[in-house]
Amino acid sequence: MRKLVEKGVKWLLTLSGFVTSLVILLIIGFLFTEGAGLFRKKIIEEGYVLALNKENPVRTMTAEQIKAVFDEDVTSWKDLGGPDLAITTFRLEDVEKYFTEEELGAQYEYAGEKIAALVDANPGMVAFVPESMIPENAELNFIEDSNISPKDVFVGAEWFPTATPSSLFGMWPLLAGTLWVSFFAILFALPFGLSIAIYMAEIAPSKVRDVFKPLIELLNGIPSVVYGFFGLTIIVPLLQQVFGLPVGESGLAGSIVLAIMALPTIVTVAEDAMRNCPRSLREASLALGASKWQTVSKVVIPSSMSSIASGIVLGIGRAVGETMAVLMVTGNAAVIPHSILEPLRTIPATIAAELGEAPAGGAHYQALFMLGVILFFITFFINLCVEYISSRNKAKNR
Amino acid sequence: MNTPVFPVGQHLRKRRSQSVAFFVFTLLSYLIVLIFFVILGFILYKGASVISWDFLTQAPEDGMTAGGIFPAIVGTLLLMLGSAVVSFPIGIMSGIYMNEYASKGWVVKFIRLMTNNLSGVPSIVFGLFGMALFVKYLGFGDSILAGSLTLGLLSLPLIIRTTEEALKDIPDGIREGSLALGATKLQTIWKVVLPMGMPRIITGLILSLGRVSGETAPILFTCAAYFFPQLPTSILDQCMALPYHLYVISTSGTDIEAQQPIAYGTALVLIVIVLVINLLAGLLRKYFEKRLKIK
Repeated sequence: MRKLVEKGVKWLLTLSGFVTSLVILLIIGFLFTEGAGLFRKKIIEEGYVLALNKENPVRTMTAEQIKAVFDEDVTSWKDLGGPDLAITTFRLEDVEKYFTEEELGAQYEYAGEKIAALVDANPGMVAFVPESMIPENAELNFIEDSNISPKDVFVGAEWFPTATPSSLFGMWPLLAGTLWVSFFAILFALPFGLSIAIYMAEIAPSKVRDVFKPLIELLNGIPSVVYGFFGLTIIVPLLQQVFGLPVGESGLAGSIVLAIMALPTIVTVAEDAMRNCPRSLREASLALGASKWQTVSKVVIPSSMSSIASGIVLGIGRAVGETMAVLMVTGNAAVIPHSILEPLRTIPATIAAELGEAPAGGAHYQALFMLGVILFFITFFINLCVEYISSRNKAKNR
Repeated sequence: MNTPVFPVGQHLRKRRSQSVAFFVFTLLSYLIVLIFFVILGFILYKGASVISWDFLTQAPEDGMTAGGIFPAIVGTLLLMLGSAVVSFPIGIMSGIYMNEYASKGWVVKFIRLMTNNLSGVPSIVFGLFGMALFVKYLGFGDSILAGSLTLGLLSLPLIIRTTEEALKDIPDGIREGSLALGATKLQTIWKVVLPMGMPRIITGLILSLGRVSGETAPILFTCAAYFFPQLPTSILDQCMALPYHLYVISTSGTDIEAQQPIAYGTALVLIVIVLVINLLAGLLRKYFEKRLKIK
């Protein structure tokens, strides 16, 4: 009986030991199945077609071209490989411009025929209409619909997830925004973080250190939404005044808030690394007549460099994945940033801001999961780097 | 030119560069601590005037421009409790397995790698995952249940790590002594190893609660309600939560100006929760350290 209990408990413990691995697998599985659906989606909105005049030879258009046409940035079929003919766009909302209510019928029952006739009469027209409206015998050409391609998603330069007739899911601006903000955050945090670490490990009397240490831990414990709120009420208006910006929400505001948030990680890791520097190294340096500062800068810091590096990488990982604080202060403009003073948008902030409005199962929803996959793999890669650095350290110290 | 035999100037330079460098580091450190106190002091100053008994015990009113934050406090406490139910047992058991049962080798290495990776997964990814698995696939809907499960998984790595570290520091001689007296492995763990590791395990548990109380992104799509003035009656209800409440009233709403004081109050309550939890963990650590030293 007792043996049975022992066995049972052992199984239970083993099972729970593998829970984290299981969760990682589940995360990958769920994010991937939702995200990969994006590449089975068509570029033109579901249930709709782009109808052309039958004389028009153009058959294929990319999502970006479709958007340009309907935004009236492209105005001639010549740019799309067709005849030199002006493009007229037609959306369902425009139907009342061309026809009276009587012509369309009370339930719009004649609308399909009328639109077909309209497109037939205008050689330069492209009509964005529901597939079901078009009469079967209409002599029209249609743009061939294709699947959203990974290339459009991963290197596409425009993120317009709710544009019609075809949304653009170019993730490059979001990726660029994430990297910009994180890069500057680490740039700001690094000098301060290392200074505090050096101060706490080498200079501060133990009493001061006993005060600083819990403070830094507390800084780590404050929720990110509080930092975001602080950034929104203090840093954003301050930046707006100092730099004379139209809006204070900017990449810089995000970087500053993130820098404050990444500080504790860097300080803790770097300080631990310096404290763990072998006493013999220090003493050898001091015995050779080096001053304390020379010992710190020439012996202690170089010898703990790789641990410090893993702390920095860890801080970058934090910054890349941080959601709420960044969402609140960066202004959320999905454009490739040209300056750190412009509003920008990061991957986590995009997911947080848009998932609530994206209909489940739609292309937008799946694109956000795809963003989650990308984010997951970025941080996964960063973590592997940290693991690699610290395992190499352990091997070296042995 | 005569060069002095003893490089006196070098010695001076050495001392000067040291005092300059140390002065800069000290200055920067105090600057950061100052910034920290500015953040804290600012929120304390603005929030303290809002905090009152009514603020803590009333529901929001007038489109969240008046009234209190009681439902959000209750929601956050419920989520902390729910996530604890999920993560405490699994986390501690997993930590015990890693240190006591798993054969040292690639299994432990693999699990540790996965646990570390899980702790680095951004909280918004947990949110996505929780939404896909608990809300949609398992059909819990936006609910306290789904939110607690998501937050529980999020805090697992921290608990596993602290448990493992706490047990690792217990010398093997103690285990061997217990086994030599005829106790089984399970008895040894239950009666000897766990009680000795408990202080540090509990500290880890408390800190994980602190983390859970402030997380917003994971509950965004799994649980949090914009406005849900009555208290939840079942675990399948949505609930309000302090961090999400702070987010919505400071970024959106009917009248941001009028909501501002409430936002400061909410931020203060959140900070106080974190402060109390950190203080508690610190005191506990000190208390147990003292007790262990006497022994």
